[in-house]
Amino acid sequence: MLLGTFGYGREFDQFIDLNKLGGIITKGTSLKPRPGNKPPRICETPSGMLNSIGLQNPGVEYFAENDLPWLRKFDTAIIVNACGSSIDEYVELCKILNTLDIDGVELNLSCPNVKAGCLAFGTTYEGVKEVTSAVRKVLDKPLIVKLTPNVTDITSTARAVEDAGADAVSLINTLLGMSINIDTRRPKLANNTGGLSGPAVKPVAVRMVYQVAKAVNIPVLGMGGIVTGDDAIEFMIAGANAVSIGCGNFISPDVSIKAVEGIENYMKKHKIDDINEIVGTIQLN
Amino acid sequence: MPVNIKAKLIEKSKLKSDTFKFTVSTKEIADTARPGQFLEIRVSDNIDPFLRRPISIYDINKENSTVTFIFQVKGKGTEILSNKNIGDDIDVLGPLGFGAFNLADYKNISIIGGGIGVFPLHELAKVACKNAKVNTYLGFRSKDFVVCEEEFAKVSQKLVITTDDGSYANNGFAINYLIEDLDKNKADCIYACGPLPMLKAVQKLAIERNIPCQISLEEKMGCGIGACLGCAVKTSASPADAPQYVHVCKAGPVFDASYVEL
Repeated sequence: MLLGTFGYGREFDQFIDLNKLGGIITKGTSLKPRPGNKPPRICETPSGMLNSIGLQNPGVEYFAENDLPWLRKFDTAIIVNACGSSIDEYVELCKILNTLDIDGVELNLSCPNVKAGCLAFGTTYEGVKEVTSAVRKVLDKPLIVKLTPNVTDITSTARAVEDAGADAVSLINTLLGMSINIDTRRPKLANNTGGLSGPAVKPVAVRMVYQVAKAVNIPVLGMGGIVTGDDAIEFMIAGANAVSIGCGNFISPDVSIKAVEGIENYMKKHKIDDINEIVGTIQLN
Repeated sequence: MPVNIKAKLIEKSKLKSDTFKFTVSTKEIADTARPGQFLEIRVSDNIDPFLRRPISIYDINKENSTVTFIFQVKGKGTEILSNKNIGDDIDVLGPLGFGAFNLADYKNISIIGGGIGVFPLHELAKVACKNAKVNTYLGFRSKDFVVCEEEFAKVSQKLVITTDDGSYANNGFAINYLIEDLDKNKADCIYACGPLPMLKAVQKLAIERNIPCQISLEEKMGCGIGACLGCAVKTSASPADAPQYVHVCKAGPVFDASYVEL
């Protein structure tokens, strides 16, 4: 069980035992600090939410000095979500990350909310391969690449991740969306569009995890609307080797712990000893 | 320390056709909550509505271990919440917000609120009136919207109610009555919560007259605990081309008026 949208963990430490989590994927971190987008940055949608945070973060140096030593006190894997707006920036960032005491890097090629970069690299085979290959050259640590669902063929970008030598692929990031206030006729987000996440996107995520798991031989980290243990199991049956929870953490701070319990209950009910037994066991109609 | 608990609803009343007052039993929150803090309430066990609803604390009763909040039905979430019955458990996360009202040791304070923004000011006035002279100015759209008048009267040395259309009490905006009084007697601090135009006017007034001022803000929230970075507000010291944002749920919801750009 891994977590995104989890800040740098501090916000949740007061509610749950972080040692019980398999890992924490930090919020998107860039080479230099980013201020983020103008508010309003969030709006609720049916069974989900739109966000346009704009990757607000204090930059990798600040993270390394202030957050990482604190996170390291816990017995959980620390994976840094890395974002940039040019190949050079991704490479510079990953050179620094390679020197830090972290367990891996998740390359964010898929944030829809920043103008230059991210999504631009993430939508074509060539784009994903180019940036992943460049990062692979400077990063010895495990490399996960997070895919955007805003593409016609998710298996194409997933293959690019594998071909570029990454260790795993994660999906999905948010779906580009829009919500309009019908009285003012203005979009509810200051940035006009934002990324849709939450249970509303889960069927899209499950379908894409299923397709990608069939298309590549590297492990798949599944996410997109997971709130319960049953949701997590669904992703694993579709082919995810591991799962993570994003905005589900906002429902309640202990959603991740409850989801782990839910997975354990499922294993008991179905007499499963090793959760890996269920990965990719979907039976098609 | 905030907690996530199920708190029993022990008192429920309807103040207006769309405005409800709930008192929940929760020692954990009552013991530590401070004026100006808020709760994040999960109104349903389902995934729709998806997010919690941030609602300010109206009253903290440490003796009885209860917390009271008042909310207006605005949409699906608050509608579901309004249908809870006495005896029901309510999923509450709180108390939230590091930025609570700071009373320092001010002796003369002015409190100004508008509309549903008056609710977090009640606990502030209640605590403040024990050691300070409290002048309270509450503005409402019209007679039908005036709420909690008696309760504020009990915790204020002076209470001025205004309505925008003059249909009840004083005619006009609450800030005009505050200004009138400030011309006569300077306040040590102004505390404000209400609609944005009111807060902007109060902020301007306080800065012009060099009076300490604390304002309580609201913004669309995702998590309420500082993780999602959704409820951003720009700091006034940062330039437009290099904005710095802080978050209402964590640094706020109460800010020094000179610190944020409204």
